[in-house]
Amino acid sequence: MKHLLACLLACFSTALVAAEPAFDYGLQAQRVADDVYVFVGRDEDFSTVNGGNIVNTGFIVTAAGLVVIDSGPSLRYGQQMQRAMRQVSPAAPLQVFNTHHHPDHFLGNQAFAGTPIVALEATRQGIAAEGNTFAENLYRLSGDWMKGTESVAPTATITSGRIQLGGRALRLLALNGHTEGDLAIYDETSGVLFAGDLVFNNRAPTTPHARIERWLASLDTLEAITREPGFSAIVPGHGAITRDAAPIRQTRAWLRWLDQAMRQAAADGLDLNEVLARPLPAEFAGMAVGMREYRRSVGHLFPAAEQEALGHAH
Amino acid sequence: MGDAPTIHANMSRILDIVIDRKAQIAEMNDQVTNLLNPMQVPVTVDATALGKVLEVIVFADFNPIVQILRFYPASASAYLGFRVKLQQSTPVRAAVRTADGVWHVGGTWVNTVGGGCTAPSAAAAAPEWQKQLNQVSARQWQSGELAGRLRLRVVHPMDTGLVAGIPAFHLQEIRLSDSSDQALMRIETFEPVSENPVFTLQQKTAGRVKAIGRDNNGNDFSVWIEP
Repeated sequence: MKHLLACLLACFSTALVAAEPAFDYGLQAQRVADDVYVFVGRDEDFSTVNGGNIVNTGFIVTAAGLVVIDSGPSLRYGQQMQRAMRQVSPAAPLQVFNTHHHPDHFLGNQAFAGTPIVALEATRQGIAAEGNTFAENLYRLSGDWMKGTESVAPTATITSGRIQLGGRALRLLALNGHTEGDLAIYDETSGVLFAGDLVFNNRAPTTPHARIERWLASLDTLEAITREPGFSAIVPGHGAITRDAAPIRQTRAWLRWLDQAMRQAAADGLDLNEVLARPLPAEFAGMAVGMREYRRSVGHLFPAAEQEALGHAH
Repeated sequence: MGDAPTIHANMSRILDIVIDRKAQIAEMNDQVTNLLNPMQVPVTVDATALGKVLEVIVFADFNPIVQILRFYPASASAYLGFRVKLQQSTPVRAAVRTADGVWHVGGTWVNTVGGGCTAPSAAAAAPEWQKQLNQVSARQWQSGELAGRLRLRVVHPMDTGLVAGIPAFHLQEIRLSDSSDQALMRIETFEPVSENPVFTLQQKTAGRVKAIGRDNNGNDFSVWIEP
């Protein structure tokens, strides 16, 4: 009996040790151009395994410090991002941009206390209003990776225009459509376009706050930049970096199809369950989390299409 | 994450209750609109294979208000699509009474983040709904695979009474009949039915349909739905 107990205890403590996770996101800066780096996230949904590392964040090394673009999904991510940035440059963060108010893009803000954090006014308002709810939900989805994370709103707002940061010319584009405020940043020196979540690459777009018409217009604006002579790369909000406009075209095709599919389903008289059961077209079958995002999007977009299709009864 | 959203009932083997379980799981991962889905869980009850059906009761075991709705098909099929608010993950079941007096029970487990019954309706936060209360929009489909389908939406907050300061305020009954006043279906609705409910019915053929309804505050409506 004593032997059995000892064995049980030994097994139990071993299991405890083995189960203690390191909460290491394993962030490795990927060089996109001279002085421009990105941490590429996984093509997945939030989970207790990935800790929310499903997003692309980046930084630009300037003469005055690091310009940081999005801070990731948690306090731990923000802290680990700082450590990973120091592997590239000893410079301190100069300024943090939040591209929009979705939680995987700003919940690392807390790690950048003392550094100016800037965003569009709509983004600042969205974080102030919904940030805590988003954080609570990520505790549910990502578990202990979120430990200590609190929503920190941007400290200042910006608008469209060309600015100089640490001697580097950045073009800020105040767009919308994915959310009420979507900031894209074009680094004129390197020709790298940080598109935020206006652009997804081989990962199905998310639509909880989407306005598709406006989103499509924003994509046109971004595609025009890719035709400029200095353009070199797109950093999408999710998915791999590319040297061409392919992910812009793919995001546009998905949104157009989704919009049309919702209208058609409503006009055909389908019930919500029947719309959810529809298959993806072949061209999107290979996209990461395609079916899952389609189903979420049906929940977001079908009610409006349905309402449009039903006539007024007297 | 099962692949088949259609669940065959243990007892009858022919009563289908279709509830989208994959959608629920997906929505659990929805970082932003985590309240959207538990307030709009799609449910389709199809008891058409059971022969003559007199009554259907739909309920959710773990909901604070268990009873969702009852419907009494007359000349319309024993088929109804609608959406419900769920407070937590729960079995959702349909009990079907056929003309021979037998009850057939089918159901499925629904995963949801929950909170659907104690979150305020959108209407509770926006006074505009009062101008549109009980407004009906509807359409019938006359050809193709879905010939005879009728869908209708009623503007109503469907407040459960479980949110502090917002009393229960919900539709209680909708009666549908044809132009010669023959009953198609009577639906009794309870608090868990989603805000601005949308119903999908199946008739043998499309025709002029009258919809009459009332809520628990005595507000009523009566409209014609043209084919």
